[in-house]
Amino acid sequence: MPDATLTLVGRGVRLSRRNPDALVTAMVLPVMLMLVFVYFFGGAIDTGTGTSYVTYVVPGVLLLCAGFGASTTAVRVSEDMRAGIVDRFRSLDVGATPILAGHVGASLVRNLLSTGLVVGVAFLIGFRPEAGAAGWAAALGLLFTFVLAVSWLSAAAGLLARTPEAASGFTFFMMFLPYPSSAFVPIGTMPGWLHGFAEHQPVTPVIESLRGLLLDRPVGDAPWVALAWCAGLLALALALSGALFRARTR
Amino acid sequence: MPGTTAIEAVGLRKSYGDLRVLDGIDLRVPRGTVFSLLGPNGAGKTTTVRVLATLTPPDGGRARVAGHDVVAERARVRRAISLTGQYAAVDDLQTGAENLRMMGRLSGLSRRDARRRATALLERFDLAHAADRPAGTYSGGMRRRLDLAAGLVGEPEVVFLDEPTTGLDPRSRQELWRVVRDLAEGGAAVFLTTQYLEEADRLADRVAVMDGGRVVAEGTAESLKSRVAGHRLDVVATDAAAYERLAAKAGTLTRAHAAPTADPGPRRSPESLTLGVPTDGGAPSVRALLDALDPDGTDVARFAVRTATLDDVFLALTGATTAKEPARA
Ligand SMILES: Nc1ncnc2c1ncn2[C@@H]1O[C@H](COP(=O)(O)OP(=O)(O)OP(=O)(O)O)[C@@H](O)[C@H]1O
Ligand SMILES: [Mg+2]
Repeated sequence: MPDATLTLVGRGVRLSRRNPDALVTAMVLPVMLMLVFVYFFGGAIDTGTGTSYVTYVVPGVLLLCAGFGASTTAVRVSEDMRAGIVDRFRSLDVGATPILAGHVGASLVRNLLSTGLVVGVAFLIGFRPEAGAAGWAAALGLLFTFVLAVSWLSAAAGLLARTPEAASGFTFFMMFLPYPSSAFVPIGTMPGWLHGFAEHQPVTPVIESLRGLLLDRPVGDAPWVALAWCAGLLALALALSGALFRARTR
Repeated sequence: MPGTTAIEAVGLRKSYGDLRVLDGIDLRVPRGTVFSLLGPNGAGKTTTVRVLATLTPPDGGRARVAGHDVVAERARVRRAISLTGQYAAVDDLQTGAENLRMMGRLSGLSRRDARRRATALLERFDLAHAADRPAGTYSGGMRRRLDLAAGLVGEPEVVFLDEPTTGLDPRSRQELWRVVRDLAEGGAAVFLTTQYLEEADRLADRVAVMDGGRVVAEGTAESLKSRVAGHRLDVVATDAAAYERLAAKAGTLTRAHAAPTADPGPRRSPESLTLGVPTDGGAPSVRALLDALDPDGTDVARFAVRTATLDDVFLALTGATTAKEPARA
């Protein structure tokens, strides 16, 4: 029933809007981090890509946003499970999928805003991508596929956590994942034991694709690897959240 | 169509681990009537409601709601019912109107109809003045009323209300009673749980009393009431010695002045020097009881006449002494 999903996305967006603290954090924190990276560390980092550091780092900051926005989903889902509202939705024959999709949809909307903000500020401080319309469309399409997958994974985490506080612990993990990747520094500069993880974790192909697409450079098979990761994570999240929802509502 | 069955349960059983929460529940509720499930904390009221509202599958037994099986035809049952749970299920961050419009949309109303229905319900539940305020700013009673309104958005055939009047002030409670009667007159079946005997009495066509996962009595409120004393006279003794004298007299006297059947006898709580004696609550019998208990007018410090509580019903109906002290109406 797409009607129910749309209604619940509307609800999710309203709940996000009325939670100004969380919203401001989700908007401002990535911008702050970007400024810190560019102005404090940027001078010392040689990315070896021949572009300014800000241009190098923008895709990484966008993924930080994605992780952050998605992790809020875990908290919201967990809050819903604790309150009686899920029982009420179920008694209206609204099941797990629309309930979770409502929160995931809100996460996509939040990310749309934070992405716009980060890109806007990045332009002000010297971000100069070379992508045409097609490159931008592909980059944003991939970014939001990734946001979709991690948001749904985050919804599953919200079902797993017994309390919203525990669910918010998930924030840390999602925020951390971009660091051991090529998001902020080239993987080659990391200690050898990290290479294996950094090269093969899901964030890296997404970053490489975004960077390549935005700079209009050859991307190889990175976008396909990234899409495969997203599809796999999404399938896992769907199966996991379905099973967890049934277990939580016996 | 009054007369046809809205809810029918046969031998419902449900356990959580080793705990047997429902132990063979049989119920029948016709359309157009109000049915009340009474019971102390932990009796299994909420569990019964959850099973009937398809939220929890039973371990055994069968139940049909609005003509459909609660397990095999869950979706059909859900389209015909609404549930207002024991704890408020509204979004604090949405306004009253937004909460109701959302429920309307989820029940399948168009945007327009949802808006119209929300406005009407806000009016009916005396919340129009707070329609555009976040529900988080509502008082406890206002939240409860919003929660009840949310359960009625879809104009359900069978309405489940789990302790709907807990936390409502007397005026709101009466308003809710009126709504419940209107619903039944409109042809819906209303299934409500309560801890208040008075509420079941005023509202319900039939009452079932539940204890320890079983239905221990079922019938009209009148028939149940005729089995217990309607009121209790609580006397507080002046001191411990006076309490002993009063208790001794109460044991022999109550038979003469109390309600005729299934008399539970006096209730003793020596710690607070309080003795409860069944009575019909009328001035002549209360006066006579006081005179008989305390002929010299020296042993009783204070007295109060109370409506029979669930405790009294349980003592009378089951002879159990384990019923916990319930909240009073
Ligand atoms: N999900 C559950 N897991 C374990 N035990 C449960 C669960 N739900 C209910 N119980 C137990 O079942 C018993 C009956 O609970 P129920 O909520 O049905 O009682 P109730 O009559 O509604 O009580 P109250 O008046 O306090 O609301 C209680 O002992 C409760 O602890
Ligand atoms: Mg209960």
